[in-house]
Amino acid sequence: MEDIDAIALLQDPVRRRLYEYVVAQGREVGRNEAAEAAGVARTLAAHHLDKLTGAGLLESGSRRLTGRSGPGAGRPAKVYTRARAEWAVSLPARDYLTAAELLAEAAEGAGLDAGLCAAARRRGEALRGPGAAPCGGLDEAMDVLAARGYEPHLEGAEGEGGGSLPVVRMRNCPFHAVAERFPPLVCGMNLALLEGLLGADGPVRARMDARPGECCVVVESSKNNID
Amino acid sequence: MTASPHGPAAVHLAQLNVATFRYPLDDPRVAPFVEALDPVNAAADAAPGFVWRLKEDGENDATAMRPLGERVIVNMSVWETREALWDFTYRSGHLEVMRGRRDWFERHAEAHMVLWWVPAGHVPSVEEALERLADIRANGPSPDAFTFTSFHAPVEAAAARA
Repeated sequence: MEDIDAIALLQDPVRRRLYEYVVAQGREVGRNEAAEAAGVARTLAAHHLDKLTGAGLLESGSRRLTGRSGPGAGRPAKVYTRARAEWAVSLPARDYLTAAELLAEAAEGAGLDAGLCAAARRRGEALRGPGAAPCGGLDEAMDVLAARGYEPHLEGAEGEGGGSLPVVRMRNCPFHAVAERFPPLVCGMNLALLEGLLGADGPVRARMDARPGECCVVVESSKNNID
Repeated sequence: MTASPHGPAAVHLAQLNVATFRYPLDDPRVAPFVEALDPVNAAADAAPGFVWRLKEDGENDATAMRPLGERVIVNMSVWETREALWDFTYRSGHLEVMRGRRDWFERHAEAHMVLWWVPAGHVPSVEEALERLADIRANGPSPDAFTFTSFHAPVEAAAARA
């Protein structure tokens, strides 16, 4: 299937809601759950989820949602997660990924990390707006990050007594393909961009805390250690 | 990169990288690197798929071993899969240390990292690792000595050696 055909499938509002719900969970999602979240009947949800899977936008597997196994545990249910493949359409055809990879290769070879990070920080500041105050809190940071495609979610927020302090983690790396080829260079660039975007010396700060399958940066309150 | 469905993997992935210090190891400009050594090594030891890493007798790391000269440190380890090594190298606290590499280390014109497959259970020697590095520097990537971006699956490597 052409990228443009896969993307066109998301034009349908129900399909779009199902896709966005599954993607936002960051885990396998069953048909019942997705149907409920999208406010549609289970059979309709199943139809659309399988269509999204057929187009390569989602991946499906089967799992016993009860957590039990062996005889009597029930039939495995069909579950869905985001497919790892990327889909992009450019009209007319343009190839910015190759340009990005070639520039990164040259920057890596020449050891230009510091210059790249300085440019990224300036770009982040420019995106925040000239003279704009630093980001005011984690909620505002979530909005800013969502608008740039990072798919932020709050982690560790449950904690009264013993719970960890909330941090914003991001399910998506907007620079994924280049970051996989040149990790320290591009992840350093990403951190500098976010530092510029959120602002220095404000109530929140970005910090590198890489882990598999997510953006390398977390955003947290910079007052964690005060009083 | 999944393990064989027929039992434990018959091969593991060995890794060597070398780094040339811009300053002596006791220079304050290298202090952030030295401070990160123990926590990052502890994270490696606990990482999924970690098998082995090079340590000097009685030490927790190999920073005192200088087989390539006084200013060059070597780092060697063995992992179950490419994914395990990748995730530790680039998707753990180790990435933050790598971000500082230009501050502490010279830029290498030649290859500074090499990967190769070893039979599971084999502990590679420093000499063996340096041979692989010399191989990739002289001949470019091959099934016997490669990198993440020029990766070779273990079957190819075994076939090439046979």
